[in-house]
Amino acid sequence: MSVIYLILSNWNFIAVIMLMMAGLYIVISNQNFIKKLVGLSIFQSSVFIFYISLGKVSSGTAPILTGSPDTIYSNPLPHVLILTAIVVGVATNALGLALVVRINEAFNSIEEKTLLSLKIEDSRHAYEKDDSVK
Amino acid sequence: MVEFWVNVFLVALLVVITFYIIRLKTLIAIVALSGAYSLTAAAIFVNLDAVDVAFTEAAVGSGISTILFLAALRYLPLEEAHQTRYPRLSLSLCIIVGLMLIIAAFELPNFGDPNAPAHLHVAPRYIEESYPLFHIPNVVTNVLASYRGFDTLGEVVVVFTAGLGVITLLAGSTLSMRFVKIENDLDKTNKTSKEDA
Repeated sequence: MSVIYLILSNWNFIAVIMLMMAGLYIVISNQNFIKKLVGLSIFQSSVFIFYISLGKVSSGTAPILTGSPDTIYSNPLPHVLILTAIVVGVATNALGLALVVRINEAFNSIEEKTLLSLKIEDSRHAYEKDDSVK
Repeated sequence: MVEFWVNVFLVALLVVITFYIIRLKTLIAIVALSGAYSLTAAAIFVNLDAVDVAFTEAAVGSGISTILFLAALRYLPLEEAHQTRYPRLSLSLCIIVGLMLIIAAFELPNFGDPNAPAHLHVAPRYIEESYPLFHIPNVVTNVLASYRGFDTLGEVVVVFTAGLGVITLLAGSTLSMRFVKIENDLDKTNKTSKEDA
């Protein structure tokens, strides 16, 4: 019984760590660049959830002032930090996607295994073939 | 108490969604599931009193991010071709690191503890002093735009730099090449459909 209580009272932290490790597993073991980017964004949002869980005060409310003096508010500081981090995360995602599109144009593949097996001459050849389309 | 159980359920839902993302191989389905993941995360943020973060996550994380992924998939193959690499090794690595982190997580202050160190330092000051200074009732807005305005300026610089990077990678000669390719593909499909007819 006490084990269940321990797990439930720390459930947010345990689940966040599980999500984080799932993201890390996708990034390490999958070959496809798009799937790697999705794994990276899972890792990222698990950290967001961790921060917001740390800022929660039980029986508190959102940090928008109500005027009555005995209202309990949650901690506004993690909210501000994560607000910034979400926007920056989308910016990095966009840059990563642009790189993937460019890689696919130059080498006709977004799989790590295929790209590693290319020799330099092959890749130059593929690029010139692309160029001849123009 | 209802809040607590809703939180447990939503976080468990996130774990299930992530499990399916690991299993699936169709990239469009993976992107759709990551949109669902962001939306569920936004619901969790509402439940944990972070309404501003929930807004941003729902609009930017599940909206714009999913649209960007779908737009990129227009130019990419839609299936994952190869098997996972070293699945046993990376799985055991992740499990070991995760176990160590979980052991460390039990040392954290309890979930929702009002006497945790994070709530005792600057947070009370922001809540008490920001309204007399700036006359805005939303404390998050106050901290974001007034106390930490330079942080937000830095964020805008980061977004601008990322935009510049995307433009330099995708514009110019590569852009015209992409259009030529699409036209050629369309011609090919038209020809084959005519031959079929």
